[in-house]
Amino acid sequence: MTTHQPPAPQAAQPTWQAAAGASYPGYTSPIPVVRTHLGHALASEWTKIRSVRSTMWTLGVFVLLVVGIGLAAGALVAANASEGDLNGENPLSFGFFGLLLGSMCIITLGVLTTASEYGTGMIRTTMVACPSRGRVLAAKAVVFFAVAFVVTLVSSSFVAFAQVGMLSDARDPSGGEWFKATVGVSLYIALLGLLSLVVGSIIRHSAGAITIMIGLLLAPLVIALFMFSESLQDLREALFEYSIPSQLSVFYATSLTDSGPSGWDPLWIILGVTAAAFAGAFALLQKRDV
Amino acid sequence: MIELEGLTKRYGEKLAVNNLTFAVRPGIVTGFLGPNGAGKSTTMRMILGLDRPTAGDVRIDGKHYDRLKDPLTYIGALLEAKAWHPGRSAYNHLLCLAQSNGIPASRVREVLETVGLSGVARKKTKGFSMGMGQRLGIAAALLGDPRIVMFDEPVNGLDPEGIHWIRTLMKSLAAQGRTVFVSSHLMSEMALTADHLVVIGQGRLLADTSMADFIAQNSRSYIRIRTPQRERLLDVLHGAGITVVETGGGMLEVDGGKPERIGELAAQHQIVLHELSPQQASLEEAFMRLTAESVEYHAHADAPARQWGDDWQKGS
Ligand SMILES: Nc1ncnc2c1ncn2[C@@H]1O[C@H](COP(=O)(O)OP(=O)(O)OP(=O)(O)O)[C@@H](O)[C@H]1O
Ligand SMILES: [Mg+2]
Repeated sequence: MTTHQPPAPQAAQPTWQAAAGASYPGYTSPIPVVRTHLGHALASEWTKIRSVRSTMWTLGVFVLLVVGIGLAAGALVAANASEGDLNGENPLSFGFFGLLLGSMCIITLGVLTTASEYGTGMIRTTMVACPSRGRVLAAKAVVFFAVAFVVTLVSSSFVAFAQVGMLSDARDPSGGEWFKATVGVSLYIALLGLLSLVVGSIIRHSAGAITIMIGLLLAPLVIALFMFSESLQDLREALFEYSIPSQLSVFYATSLTDSGPSGWDPLWIILGVTAAAFAGAFALLQKRDV
Repeated sequence: MIELEGLTKRYGEKLAVNNLTFAVRPGIVTGFLGPNGAGKSTTMRMILGLDRPTAGDVRIDGKHYDRLKDPLTYIGALLEAKAWHPGRSAYNHLLCLAQSNGIPASRVREVLETVGLSGVARKKTKGFSMGMGQRLGIAAALLGDPRIVMFDEPVNGLDPEGIHWIRTLMKSLAAQGRTVFVSSHLMSEMALTADHLVVIGQGRLLADTSMADFIAQNSRSYIRIRTPQRERLLDVLHGAGITVVETGGGMLEVDGGKPERIGELAAQHQIVLHELSPQQASLEEAFMRLTAESVEYHAHADAPARQWGDDWQKGS
């Protein structure tokens, strides 16, 4: 018997270096061998995201919030506005409230896309099937971003059309305003979801990551609201201006403040933050055990 | 073929796997044994590239796991813990795995059939019993028709029919020339299935040997004798220079030696024997003997049972 006590480290066998698979005997499957690529990972992630109920729930509630609140806001304003009130108003801006609340659903779905796999143990199966960890994260990001963008675009466009129809007194929005209030906000919301997905991959815990993201969404505004001291005026302004709700409102050209980000700035800001977080998540994923 | 070289894994203070070097060869079933916490599951996770080794190296047919372009056709693994989303159906779980490796969807139905889960393929795995979960894990392992299969405690929770099925399955997979690497705590089952054994204790390699050699080397084989004429037989054997041990219940045991010789001696002296049987220890005995020192988590069956409330009674 070869009882190694302690196992003497042997010199590497010659076969060790000859890495060609063919030099190893054994079974050969009749199933054709496929060299896997990102496309396979994308198909797999698409199956995953569409085959769990939490996707349907979060997206369903999202659409309900965006469309429901959007239509309700439009109807309320239309009913209460007296002649001339809405002159010069941008009717698209009433889509803001629904999207702000709805963004929590997108955050939740983003976090669940990555973090729930750690909770259930699915991540082990995933990484065994696709040992390129970066590819897994990339595939999740692409599939989730596409889903979040399309769903947000469809619901925000529907609300935009409905509101323009309802608020006939208001001015006609320009092409640029239309573009920002539909494609612009959808990109922003989808990126916010993507940031959540990345945070989920770093935190690896659904409840924790969702809490962090909801905190990021609301805390700056809430803190700023209760920051009474004069000496903190500058900080208070910055918290206001760069809070996510305020940045979201920039897409409707009705920023909560006059200074701070304007135009397409919010999109570049969240793009930068998400890219940095993505790089961090990628590095951590390579380093940590699954 | 799986080759490990000086494989080591440290979790903080805990050295879970300590300098393991061995190879798992194709065509046979290799059993992977060790007491609780010995490092079996950790070793398997390192083979699959899930945990990064602290030191050393492990290769699948000469390649690192993360270099495999079609990993599921190389190696199919059943991991220790449930590794799927409870809200997804068995079919969709296997489908997303198949897609990630470009395996046709028809293969999903095939493996579901193989493990006997076709009837519940569209059900959420949340409601699965332990044995059904185990079958789903085995289905996932077989999905790519892999050259290597690695099962971590596959018989856990399986019914007797399932245990028999997995035993036959592993043997037939090995007979097809595949590499089969399986860990288990069920020694009787292992004795029936494995051809070769790798035994570890506290992360260190204790044995890497064939099943027969392992039992022969790590257990006492002896001859058991029962006779109504104990004193006479003792005298005779003593006279022939054979050492006899008296055990309880009128039994005698002879270490080593041949039953033929004892039988002939008894016949010569017209001693009646009720039993003369060579005893080969079981795999379980051999295993317990080898790993006695490396068992970390002992149950204390013989410790005096403490009564509830002992502590506060003493205190008052
Ligand atoms: N992720 C981890 N972090 C910290 N310690 C770990 C981790 N995984 C395993 N260990 C430790 O490493 C040791 C080996 O554990 P492992 O699960 O590999 O044992 P095992 O041989 O599979 O045991 P069992 O027979 O009970 O399944 C244990 O002491 C365990 O506590
Ligand atoms: Mg284990």
